[in-house]
Amino acid sequence: MQLHAFNYSALNSGQKVAVKYFMAAMVLFAAQIAFGIIAGLQFIFPDLFFGVLDFSVVRMVHINAMIVWMLFGFLGSVYWLIEDESGAELVGAKLANFTFWIFLLAVTIVVLVYLFVQIGPGKIESIWFINEGREYIEAPRWADIGIVACMLVFFYNTAATFLKGKWSGISGVLVLDLIALAGLYMAGMFYVTNISVDQHWWWWVIHLWVEATWEVLVGCVMAWGLIKTLGARRKIVTTWLYIEVALMFGSGILGLGHHYFWIGTPEYWLTIGGFFSALEPIPLVAMVVHSVYDAGSHGFKSTNHPALAWLIAHAFGNFLGGGVWGFMHTLPQINLYTHGTQWTASHGHLAFFGAYATIIIAVIYIAIQRARGDVWMSSDIAGGWRWKWALGLLNAGVMGMTMALLVSGYEQAFTERALGGSTWTAYFAAQNAAWFVQGMNWRAIFGFVTAAGLVLLLWDMMVIGRGDSRDIQELNTGHADDNSDTGAILAT
Amino acid sequence: MNTDPWWSSENFWRKSAIFVTAFMALILIGLTFHTVSVIVAGTERVPAYAVINNRIDYVFNKERNFQVPKIGAEAPLFGKKLTESEAYDLVTLGKLTVQSKNCMNCHTMLGNGAYYAPDLTKAWLDPGWGTEASREQLMTNFLLDPVGNARTYGSGRRMPNLNITEPEAKGIIAFLKWMSSIDTNGFPANFDPIKQGEE
Ligand code: HEC
Ligand code: HEM
Ligand code: HEM
Ligand SMILES: [Fe+2]
Repeated sequence: MQLHAFNYSALNSGQKVAVKYFMAAMVLFAAQIAFGIIAGLQFIFPDLFFGVLDFSVVRMVHINAMIVWMLFGFLGSVYWLIEDESGAELVGAKLANFTFWIFLLAVTIVVLVYLFVQIGPGKIESIWFINEGREYIEAPRWADIGIVACMLVFFYNTAATFLKGKWSGISGVLVLDLIALAGLYMAGMFYVTNISVDQHWWWWVIHLWVEATWEVLVGCVMAWGLIKTLGARRKIVTTWLYIEVALMFGSGILGLGHHYFWIGTPEYWLTIGGFFSALEPIPLVAMVVHSVYDAGSHGFKSTNHPALAWLIAHAFGNFLGGGVWGFMHTLPQINLYTHGTQWTASHGHLAFFGAYATIIIAVIYIAIQRARGDVWMSSDIAGGWRWKWALGLLNAGVMGMTMALLVSGYEQAFTERALGGSTWTAYFAAQNAAWFVQGMNWRAIFGFVTAAGLVLLLWDMMVIGRGDSRDIQELNTGHADDNSDTGAILAT
Repeated sequence: MNTDPWWSSENFWRKSAIFVTAFMALILIGLTFHTVSVIVAGTERVPAYAVINNRIDYVFNKERNFQVPKIGAEAPLFGKKLTESEAYDLVTLGKLTVQSKNCMNCHTMLGNGAYYAPDLTKAWLDPGWGTEASREQLMTNFLLDPVGNARTYGSGRRMPNLNITEPEAKGIIAFLKWMSSIDTNGFPANFDPIKQGEE
């Protein structure tokens, strides 16, 4: 009988790199939530940190921490599965480690400058060295270049490893998608005075990331995750992945037009953007059907309950946050009034959390299981309440914030946009309205619920499986069918 | 071996995925060439920077059934008529300041950004600036000292002092004026602009 301590030496070299990315991702996740809480409180107590750590700074750290931790999570996920999927050892493990530290160093410097320098004079130098002042991609230009360099190394590592080993449907989609993902970032890397042109390209990065390339990336991770946690059949999973790619890119690429209604771009985008973005929920429904079908057909029997639960949270969160909340405001007739209100924030929170936070957490649970020497992580594990409460509190917290923001957003769309015509006074008439204020209060309350969930989650990640002496092998004897599928694939 | 019906065939869906992606990407690229060509400054939708030499209004257009910017008589910003390249320089200073001071992590512009402070798409036309005569001075004062000139309308929410210099403030105002001339397909709707000129 042996307890399951963390055992890095049992990991392959890709997985060792992945663990670093995962740890950094979770630290940044914690930072994101901390700054989110402050930003949320500033709506209620506007004097909080006024003139010291203004809302703009707090918010920038909040959303940048999110973008970076999610990128870290994605890189980690790919490094985690790459040797398994390619059957070859990671090419350039040293390089992967090196770029991890460079990336982390760059992020640290960027955040310190955000916090302590904050703003600069109206010169191009400020954009190069302090912040770019464009939502989500505020990172100064020098850091952009660093990020692209890191992505190139990452891309080289990935492609070269698959080239050395074997290709699969999943890895083929993954590598092509990574090219697009990194390439798109460059659409946001230049200064332009014309704000219409600026926002036109800015949306290429933001929209074509979250509603196209990121979506496909997590589709690949999900496909691999279903094979891993459920032993789903590779052939079925791969076919579904292709279907999802066709539907996602088929709707999401031109769905970009739903951001081109009001920024100076021509009127034909009202039709194109409205139409194609209205189709975007379809692939998200397909993903739910796919994962629930797979889970169901394996009787929800899994060697890793937390991971499976988070994968299911991902399927539903993606559909609800992107599909349902996105659809609600994607037609121009509605978007005219909801555009740039708390309604948007409501959608942004549920979508980013539901689609991306969830799946990264799932992969981390898969990683923890392996790092603890394939420890038992199914029913009746010691301290199993912890991951369940973390799951419950995080999802309830984000869902609660989403509903609160939706109420505020409704009030704002109505009072400020529809009735007041979006003037300065109309803006504050809405901000002061009772329903709006209530929404802000509840958002803060559910923000604390979210934070409590995160604390539990991080605690659980450190200890889950530690006290257990059983391992997956024992589980497999009870669930022989889990293996038969994998066996079937190997046999063909 | 391959006895699957077409709809469950891996090969069929792989080809579909490639085809659909390539097809949509091509359409997007085609549309992008067109779109960018009609939103460069100096077009019908996005006027040249020298538009800041003129009065800008936001009036209802029956045909299109929403409000559109209307470029009126000469009304040079800060009383000084600029050439296109001088106007470009001034608006550029404004835009660089907007980015360096991170305005869009509190405000929205063209509806994008943050939701902590009013949308600035039509800030130049905001009735809050009183009259056409007082506007330039009030805006400059506000940007130079947003705390001293705070209104907050009972919310207690103020804009912090961002160390904006006077030239930068003028640049910002030029930028805001120019932005208010962009044809945004009627966003924001029902906006009641400041009264300008004799009517
Ligand atoms: C920390 C948040 C914050 C930042 C950063 C910020 N503002 Fe503001 N701004 C506000 C708030 C809050 C108000 C409302 C102030 C009031 O009513 O007293 C406001 C009001 C304004 C107004 C008047 C409102 C209107 O509708 O016309 C203008 C113009 C303005 N800001 C421009 C800017 C510019 C330009 C920048 C960047 C250089 C900027 N702001 C940066 C918070 C901010
Ligand atoms: C899971 C994927 C998605 C994520 C992570 C996501 C995230 C976001 C975020 C963060 C914003 C706000 C951007 C800003 O700061 O201005 C936004 C805006 C928007 N999203 Fe999504 N989104 C997703 C999917 C969708 C889908 C599928 C639809 C449509 C069906 C949609 C429709 C919209 C619309 C219309 C806006 C513009 C809101 C406005 O006008 O202010 N989104 N999205
Ligand atoms: C403790 C919980 C959280 C609180 C209190 C919080 C608070 C906030 C606040 C105040 C803003 C600024 C909105 C505005 O401009 O008015 C914001 C923006 C945002 N937050 Fe959070 N947040 C929290 C957690 C999260 C999580 C878990 C995610 C996603 C994983 C997230 C994603 C975002 C995004 C994408 C935006 C930009 C939205 C937009 O521009 O539409 N936040 N958050
Ligand atoms: Fe979008």
